[in-house]
Amino acid sequence: MNRILALLERDMRKFFRSPTLMIVSLVLPLVQLVIFGYAFGGKIKNLKVGVVDQDDRLPAIKLREMMQAIAANAKTFETVQYSDMGKALKDLRNGRINGVLNIPPNFSRDVASQTNPKVALIEDNTDEIATSALEGEFASLVGAYNANPVAPRVAAKVTLSVVEIYPYVPYIQFLLPGVIVLSIFVSAMIGGGIIYIDDKARGMHEGYLVTPISKFELISGFTLSGTAKAILTGIVLTVLGSLIAGVPDALDPGRLLRLMLVIVLTSFALISMMFLMMVRVNDPLVPRATFGVLNTLLWFPSGAVYPTAGFPKWMKAYAQADPFTYAVGAFKSLLLKNTGFVAITGDLAFLIIFSALMMLSATLLFRRTL
Amino acid sequence: MAAVEVEKLTKKFGDFTAVDALSFEVAKGEIFGLLGPNGAGKSTLIRMLTTLIPPTSGAARINGFDVTRDPDHVRRAIGVIPQAMTSDLDLTVTENMLIFAKLYGVPRARRERELKELLAAVELSAWADKPVKFLSGGMRRRLEIARGLIHEPKIFFLDEPTTGLDPTSRIAVWEMLMKLKAGRDLTILVTTHYMDEADRLCNRIAIVDHGKLVALDSPLKLKASIPATSFLEVSFSKLPEGWTEQLKGLPDVESVVEHDQVFRIASDNGPRTMTDLMDAAKRAGTEVVSLSVKSTTLDDVFTHYTGRQLRDELQSGKLDIGYMYRKGSGI
Ligand SMILES: Nc1ncnc2c1ncn2[C@@H]1O[C@H](COP(=O)(O)OP(=O)(O)OP(=O)(O)O)[C@@H](O)[C@H]1O
Ligand SMILES: [Mg+2]
Repeated sequence: MNRILALLERDMRKFFRSPTLMIVSLVLPLVQLVIFGYAFGGKIKNLKVGVVDQDDRLPAIKLREMMQAIAANAKTFETVQYSDMGKALKDLRNGRINGVLNIPPNFSRDVASQTNPKVALIEDNTDEIATSALEGEFASLVGAYNANPVAPRVAAKVTLSVVEIYPYVPYIQFLLPGVIVLSIFVSAMIGGGIIYIDDKARGMHEGYLVTPISKFELISGFTLSGTAKAILTGIVLTVLGSLIAGVPDALDPGRLLRLMLVIVLTSFALISMMFLMMVRVNDPLVPRATFGVLNTLLWFPSGAVYPTAGFPKWMKAYAQADPFTYAVGAFKSLLLKNTGFVAITGDLAFLIIFSALMMLSATLLFRRTL
Repeated sequence: MAAVEVEKLTKKFGDFTAVDALSFEVAKGEIFGLLGPNGAGKSTLIRMLTTLIPPTSGAARINGFDVTRDPDHVRRAIGVIPQAMTSDLDLTVTENMLIFAKLYGVPRARRERELKELLAAVELSAWADKPVKFLSGGMRRRLEIARGLIHEPKIFFLDEPTTGLDPTSRIAVWEMLMKLKAGRDLTILVTTHYMDEADRLCNRIAIVDHGKLVALDSPLKLKASIPATSFLEVSFSKLPEGWTEQLKGLPDVESVVEHDQVFRIASDNGPRTMTDLMDAAKRAGTEVVSLSVKSTTLDDVFTHYTGRQLRDELQSGKLDIGYMYRKGSGI
């Protein structure tokens, strides 16, 4: 036991004495959270829509007024009037405006005679996010126009009203679980991968191997110190991250306790995985070369950045074997929905079984010689 | 019982035999030197003796314990300073020592006492709380020596403890090692490149080349064992074509090695060779610029047994950057 603690003590002292290491594992993920969170999170605003009104009678003017109201209030878009369709389309192609709304010459007549009146939205579909925001806004605008007593009512229109059971989740909060797991992983890559292999290559392990330390003590010492650093990172990221992202009631002690459990299991699972990957490696280049790709392979499929529902079938299957999926899932339950313990037992069970398998294989492959 | 007993110990890496059926014994209390050029197999031998790599065949017993069957007892009996410097640079001198005290299971009370004594012996007491990265190479080596003795081992293995140190530091390292040995019941097995060191400090020396033992005895006996009775060091005003060959052809000349235009000539008959040299120089149209008679050194012993000069071997040898990693080696 003393030997295990000696290895742990060594790593802890080194960790707290190395500001670079602390910054890389604690501060950078927070910066990443903020940058990512606000880069994707915001509502789309201030798009420019060209309006070509070829009708210019009362029903058309009414529609234009409604658009101006949106421009003034929600500010999703502002309108630019064009007299000529050709010029508007040219500006759309040149990127000066994001869409063109065309009100055709027979619009008012069709409204009056109820013969299927139409307006057209021509959009720059290279930017999917901006166009879907525009489409959404115009769909509701047309809906509102239909409900307007000026326009004739179509019989029995069905409307859908949405009830949200959780408070509104801004993207930065959606992203937080992923960033916590990623930071734990980065810490595992540095502690369990790069530092482990560098120590080995420098002959540090040669020094340990000539002492009477047992194989079990060596493995425990290495994994324990790696896990401890990862847990530390996880705690800092969870607490500061929740505060930065504005998670409601971030410091609720019951939840912090459940979060702690997830942090510990995630750290251990990722360190075990790293240990298995590195157990027979001697070349200090190997961890450096693999890690850039590795976090893409594990992080993106986990639903941390984009909901897994959007994945093709094969990738969903892949995501099911990815430990990140369960870690992110558990953090999401706790941070976004403040669920109890029962909701995360499945995720935790996976992490425990995963860690056991990884540790077992790594222990079998570990050699207590050079 | 000898402190170290080695019997036909062999290590192969694939087809390559790094250590080839070595047999020798080291007596208790002895300082035993392993001498050999780069790649001779010194580190491989030490790694087998210190339980770091399993031998391919043969056996070795340390303090009576077999290295393969009873590695844990071996580990408790030995202190090891690996060739690479392995102190933790971010940790202090004391912290480095304490980690090893704990790994060896030294009881707390003894830990403190040993730590003080050892640091005083290697003259690092003033540096006890400084990070190792502020220490010079020689000081780091001294720290490692102190570290290797923290659990009071019976047998101390040092793999090239002085390589890469300046002459002053080398002397300091040896002085401290001697001082430490004087106060304890310690057997030392040390490898080195430096013939002069081995000559002055070792009780017995094993010369190893290509994994084989080529000679083993005390430095005096080794020097006496080679036939040449005297060594002449000569330099000439100019060097005629094929000069080394011509010198080798002189009667009674055993061997000729040239270094920086100085010829070191081993001869069975010093006075005769001296006059022969003068004559040969005159005939070849050159002149003897300097000539002196030297005593036999271990370099001469090495040259005699291997047909090569250790100095050249070292210069053409690979640079050891302290990384034990070797491509495709599987260690
Ligand atoms: N793990 C390994 N795999 C393959 N070859 C190895 C391995 N370790 C050592 N060797 C080879 O065995 C030979 C002996 O190496 P060793 O390190 O024992 O030499 P040495 O006498 O200590 O040399 P040096 O003075 O450079 O330290 C060398 O040719 C080396 O390349
Ligand atoms: Mg060596």
